[in-house]
Amino acid sequence: MTIKPLLQVKNLKTSFFTDDGEVPAVEDISFNVYPGEIVGIVGESGSGKSVTSLSIMGLLPNPPGKVTGGEIYLNGKNILQFNEKQMRRVRGNELAMIFQEPMTSLNPLFTIGNQLMEAVLIHNKWPKKKAYDRAVEMLRLVGLPRHEELMNAYPHELSGGMRQRVMIAMALICNPKVLIADEPTTALDVTIQAQILQLIKEINEKLKTAVLLITHDLGVVAEVCERVIVMYAGKIVEEGDVHTIFQNPQHPYTKGLLQSIPDIRKKEKRLYSIPGTVPKPGSVKKGCRFYSRCNVRMPRCLHDQPPYYTTEENHKVRCWLVEKEGEEREQSTITTSQ
Amino acid sequence: MYAYIIRRLLTLIPVLLGLTLIVFLMIRAIPGNPAHIILGQAATEESIEALNKKLGLDQPWYVQYFKYLGGLLTGDLGDSIRTDSPISEQIWPYLAGTIELALVAMLIAVFIGVNAGIISAWFQNSWFDYALMLLALIGVSMPIFWLGLLEQWIFAVNLDWFPTGGRDNVRNPVEPITHLYIIDTIIQGDTEKLVEVIRHLVLPAVALATIPMAIIARITRSSMLEVMRTDYIRTAKAKGMKMFWVVYKHSLKNASIPILTVIGLQLGLLLGGAILTETIFSWPGIGRYIYDAINYRDYPVVQSSILIIALFFVLINLIVDILYAIIDPRIKYR
Ligand SMILES: Nc1ncnc2c1ncn2[C@@H]1O[C@H](COP(=O)(O)OP(=O)(O)O)[C@@H](O)[C@H]1O
Ligand code: SF4
Ligand SMILES: [Mg+2]
Repeated sequence: MTIKPLLQVKNLKTSFFTDDGEVPAVEDISFNVYPGEIVGIVGESGSGKSVTSLSIMGLLPNPPGKVTGGEIYLNGKNILQFNEKQMRRVRGNELAMIFQEPMTSLNPLFTIGNQLMEAVLIHNKWPKKKAYDRAVEMLRLVGLPRHEELMNAYPHELSGGMRQRVMIAMALICNPKVLIADEPTTALDVTIQAQILQLIKEINEKLKTAVLLITHDLGVVAEVCERVIVMYAGKIVEEGDVHTIFQNPQHPYTKGLLQSIPDIRKKEKRLYSIPGTVPKPGSVKKGCRFYSRCNVRMPRCLHDQPPYYTTEENHKVRCWLVEKEGEEREQSTITTSQ
Repeated sequence: MYAYIIRRLLTLIPVLLGLTLIVFLMIRAIPGNPAHIILGQAATEESIEALNKKLGLDQPWYVQYFKYLGGLLTGDLGDSIRTDSPISEQIWPYLAGTIELALVAMLIAVFIGVNAGIISAWFQNSWFDYALMLLALIGVSMPIFWLGLLEQWIFAVNLDWFPTGGRDNVRNPVEPITHLYIIDTIIQGDTEKLVEVIRHLVLPAVALATIPMAIIARITRSSMLEVMRTDYIRTAKAKGMKMFWVVYKHSLKNASIPILTVIGLQLGLLLGGAILTETIFSWPGIGRYIYDAINYRDYPVVQSSILIIALFFVLINLIVDILYAIIDPRIKYR
């Protein structure tokens, strides 16, 4: 039962070319998204989550950004080798994206209807009426009321939550195979956040759209994702299914993130947060990128980059500790067996 | 919206009132008076006094001013001292000449300026962008009379492609209906004359268009660059839209408000400031009309012509403001 991945990212490297020369923002990014699943990418701000998603969409601000290595397969085709015209056919059609900023992501001077219909008409030679009906159908799907009125409304007449629903409707209007949602709830109120997440989950179930959900909040991941990828300073540091990551996190960074999820059952005075900040891309020349903030670091971590270990099926970790523990575990099994 | 327009029109009254006063006083501050100029060097004291009395110039200035204002309120622009006929009957052909020239110049400036600015922004930092912006820099600092003379010398005198001046062929003149010759010749269905009219327009219109074109190109470029960085442009690209439409539909509309502002201002300036071009190309426009009136100390003509130009200026501004609200649904006038 080998299911082919819909989206396959292999050793992606994306750099920004600035006055200081080439600065790699993300490196060695490899992951798969399978049909119908929701995969989370989690990491603090500045980890390279948006750069990763924009690289997949081919929407990096260029200059200064450029994909400098790796492959991205969509349905088995390497879209990094597509020319602009081929890529345009993919965008908004097979691969769609919603953004962190619902307030500014819709054009203020065109009606919701115009922007929705445009999204279908770019990829389909449909009569206007059909596009209109499709747009209304999508508005219904994302749970927005009073469709006729909404079609003639301008973005500024809508709340942030409604605008994000419109963005979702627009992204899904051509029935994409993969939806990339880059922090879709970050800019919204807590109650609205939950509704939007619920909507994404419903859509995933109803339309079988695979979702790459990007967030800085492991709580969000716990709610909707099946698998999770943890990113830190431009690299993937841990990957596994949600259950494993939450029950048995291996990377000190993942553990730190888990501790910082607010737990309403415990009465904590202050919310935990990992001390320090994500290092700027290119600033860590050697060793582990988490070294400066890691509370269990070892001397070798400063000099040698930890490899990406596979500890068990579908669980991968980039940390020297795994090797050490692995060795200890191996040794202990040897001693007990004797 | 209508309430807003009416309110705007009402606020124009004090502005225009102030303007009439300033122009009224300034023209009288120029040495020399109409009677002297009309009667010439040999005139006697008595004849000058008699003429001054006839023209009403013997009265104190404020009496003259209020008489003039009273006339304006009843729609009377006054009589020309030089021709002794009502200004309202003679001003339109000149005004139409300038309007036609200014509109054609503006059309050229907008079409080329906006597109150049867009393409510059689209291909930012390309050699094309650098070349266009260098041209625009030269354009804004171009002395218009010099450009006009150069054009005339090359294309009219040497190459003989275009006439050196005037609005139409003197030997086969346009019979005016509206005095906007392009419209008149089209109404009359006279293609031959229409071509003549356009040939006469080309050189002065291009000279007049140069500075606004450069200014429009620059504002379009900077405005477009700002818009093209926004999130909603990224959304448009994420839909798979062709770059042409991203630029000409989504970006241009958002960039258009500063562009419109500049177009409005420049059009106002063209109407009032075409005098150099009109002189070089012997264009019978309002600039020439005022210039001659100043030389003759034809006070009423100067006053009323400037008032009318000012009226155009503020009306263009009002139209631009109304266009803002049509373009941007977030702008609401109350
Ligand atoms: N336009 C840009 N120019 C230069 N560097 C950039 C640009 N966008 C992102 N980066 C770099 O990439 C890093 C990762 O950014 P990003 O992907 O936006 O992080 P995240 O989405 O995880 O918060 C940033 O720390 C920044 O240094
Ligand atoms: S490799 Fe070392 S420094 Fe890096 S996370 Fe593991 S223990 Fe910490
Ligand atoms: Mg981001």
